[in-house]
Amino acid sequence: MVTVLRINTIEELIMSVNKLGKFAVIGLSAAFIVGCGSTATDTDSSTVTETETEQVTEVSDSSSGANTGSDLSSVVVDDSSNENMASEKDMLSGVEHIFYFDFDKSIVRPEAREALAMHAKHLTANPSARVVLEGHADERGTREYNMALGERRAKAVSRYLTIQGVAASQIEAVSFGEEKPSNFAHTDTAWQANRRVEVRYE
Amino acid sequence: MRTCKFFILLLLSVLAANIVKAQLVIEITSGADQLLPLSVVPFNYQGEGPIAEDVAQIVENDLKRSGLFEAIPRDSMLSFPSKKEDVFFRDWRLLKSDYVVIGSVTEKDANNYEIKFELLNVLTEKSVEKHESITVDKASLRDAAHYISDKIYTLLTGIKGAFSTRILYVTVEGKRTEPTYRLQVADADGYRPQIVVESQEPILSPSWSSDGLFITYVMFRNRRPHIFVQELSTGERQQIAQYKGLNGAPAWSPDGKQLALVLSKDGNPEIYTFEIATQKLKRITNHYSIDTEPSWEPDGKGIVFTSDRGGNPQIYRVDINTKNIERITFEGDLNTRASMTPDGRYLVTVQKNEGSYHIALQDMNNGRVQILTETYLDESPSIAPNGSMVIYATIHQGKGVLAVVSVDGLVKYRLPSAAGEVREPAWSPFFE
Repeated sequence: MVTVLRINTIEELIMSVNKLGKFAVIGLSAAFIVGCGSTATDTDSSTVTETETEQVTEVSDSSSGANTGSDLSSVVVDDSSNENMASEKDMLSGVEHIFYFDFDKSIVRPEAREALAMHAKHLTANPSARVVLEGHADERGTREYNMALGERRAKAVSRYLTIQGVAASQIEAVSFGEEKPSNFAHTDTAWQANRRVEVRYE
Repeated sequence: MRTCKFFILLLLSVLAANIVKAQLVIEITSGADQLLPLSVVPFNYQGEGPIAEDVAQIVENDLKRSGLFEAIPRDSMLSFPSKKEDVFFRDWRLLKSDYVVIGSVTEKDANNYEIKFELLNVLTEKSVEKHESITVDKASLRDAAHYISDKIYTLLTGIKGAFSTRILYVTVEGKRTEPTYRLQVADADGYRPQIVVESQEPILSPSWSSDGLFITYVMFRNRRPHIFVQELSTGERQQIAQYKGLNGAPAWSPDGKQLALVLSKDGNPEIYTFEIATQKLKRITNHYSIDTEPSWEPDGKGIVFTSDRGGNPQIYRVDINTKNIERITFEGDLNTRASMTPDGRYLVTVQKNEGSYHIALQDMNNGRVQILTETYLDESPSIAPNGSMVIYATIHQGKGVLAVVSVDGLVKYRLPSAAGEVREPAWSPFFE
C-alpha cells in the first residue's frame, strides 16, 4: 500500500530534508516551478544544494492511514526503476491525480510533489504510457485568459515531470480554462477547488 | 373610433397569447436621466387571416430597450390613428408625447404584407420624414419591425440604429456533470433563437465576420480546443487551427481577409494572424508571458490584446506591420479582453478593482476610465456595431446571464434565459 506523504509548507519540506540527511526528497530540483522555463527552475534548485538530488524516489507507507505531515519514518528512497508494470499500476492507484493552485498562479505547491513524483516514476518506467495534464482556472477573469492560465498550470506540472526524467513525448498539456469547473458555486472554496491540474492517462 | 380601438386591443390580446416564448427576456434595470416621450400607435391591420406579430409593439419595445425613450402606454392613448390626417395633435400634446409613430399593415397577397409607417413631431405637427412603405414576406414581420425601429432611432438620435442586428451566445443546459453546450444566434432583442452548434464539450469565444455572414468560435473536441469557421446560412464549417496546446480567441479582421488567433504551439500563448485565402499563419507577438484575446482596431492596422508581460494582465497594442508593442491600460488591478468602439474612440475592457470584475470604458483621447457596470463577475464584453451599447456576461442570482449597458453607463438591461446559463455574447455587425 502506498499513500502520499503530505508536506504542507516549505518549512516542513526543508525539515524533512534535514532529517533525511543524504536521502533525497522528491522534486527538490524544482522547488519552485514558475511560468518561464527551465532556466528558472535551474536557479531555484540552487537554493536546496545541500541535498543530493536523485531522479527516482518512492514514498511508501507500511501503516496506511498513519501518515501525517511530520511523520517521516515512512519515507523510503528507492532507486529501482525496473519494477514490472503491474506493481507500477498498483503504485498509482492510491496517488493523487488532482493538484491545486493559488489564484492567478501556476506554481506547483510543495504538497503536490510527492504524488507527482509517483506519476513521474510510473511514466519513466513505462515509456509507452502517455499522460494528459488538464489545466483549469476558476471562473473569475475572462475565458481566453483563463484558457492560457490553465495551460500555464498544466505546463508547470509538465516541467515538473520532465525534470524527473519523463520524456516530453509522453506528456501533453491541455487547458480547459474555466469551462469545466469541479465545483459550481461562486465562493472562495469553489474557486480553490477549480484551480487545478488533473492528471489523466490516455 | 372607440369600437375600432377595442377591436384592435382584442386582436392584440389574441396575438399576445400566440407569441412564441423567447429564449431571452428583457428586463430593463435603468435608463437615461432624460427620456424622450413618444407614442407608438398600434398599426392598423387589414387582411384576411390573423397577423403573426404586433409590429408596433416590437417597435415600441426596441425603442424602450435603447433606454432613451419613454413610451406612452396604449391604454392612455385617446385614439389609434394610422394616417397623418387622423392625428389630433392636441391629444398627443396632452399626453406629453413629443413624437408619434403611426402605421399600417396591409395583406398584399398570400405571401406579402405592405407596411407603411411615419414619424410625427407633435410640437411642429409635421412628419419628421415623409411616410415610408415597405413590402415584406409574411415570415419577416419582426425584421420589418426592427427596420422601422432603426429608422426612427436614426431620425431621433442621428445614430444608426442596431435593432436589426443579431447576437451570438453560448447556452449551457442539462446536468452539471453532463451539460449540453449550444452556440445560438438570436435577434438583438433575444427573439428567434436558433441553434448553430450543439456539443457535449465546451464552446467559447464566438465572433462574427465583418459582413455578418460567417462566424468563428472555439469548440472542444476530444477534450482539446479547436477553432472553427462557419457559414451561418449553410452551416458549412471548417476547422482552421489544429495545433498542440491552445487554439483560441479567433477574431476576424475588419477587411474580412484574416483572423487573429492565439496558439501556444511554440511554447506559450502568442498572437498570430491567419490569412483565410492562403491559409498562411504569421506570428505577431513573441514573449514568454501570456498573450491572448486579440481584437482588431477598426482600421485593421493594429491589434489590442491581453498580456501579463508586466506582471498583471493589461492591454497592449501591437502594430501588425512593425510589430511594435505599447501598453495602453494603466488603471485597475488588471485589464483583459479589450475591444474598441467602431469609431476608435473608446476601449472596452474587463477591469478588476478590489476583487471585483466590471466592464470598463477607457477614452483613448485622454485616458480617462469609467466603470460601466456594477453587476457580479462581468466578462465577455461585445460592442454593438453603432458603438452605443455593450453586451456582456454576468452572474445574476447565481446564474450566468447576459446584460447590456450603454457606453455612457446610464442604460442597463438584462437578458436572462428561461433555462440554463447564458454566456459569451457576440454582437453582430450591421447587415447589408
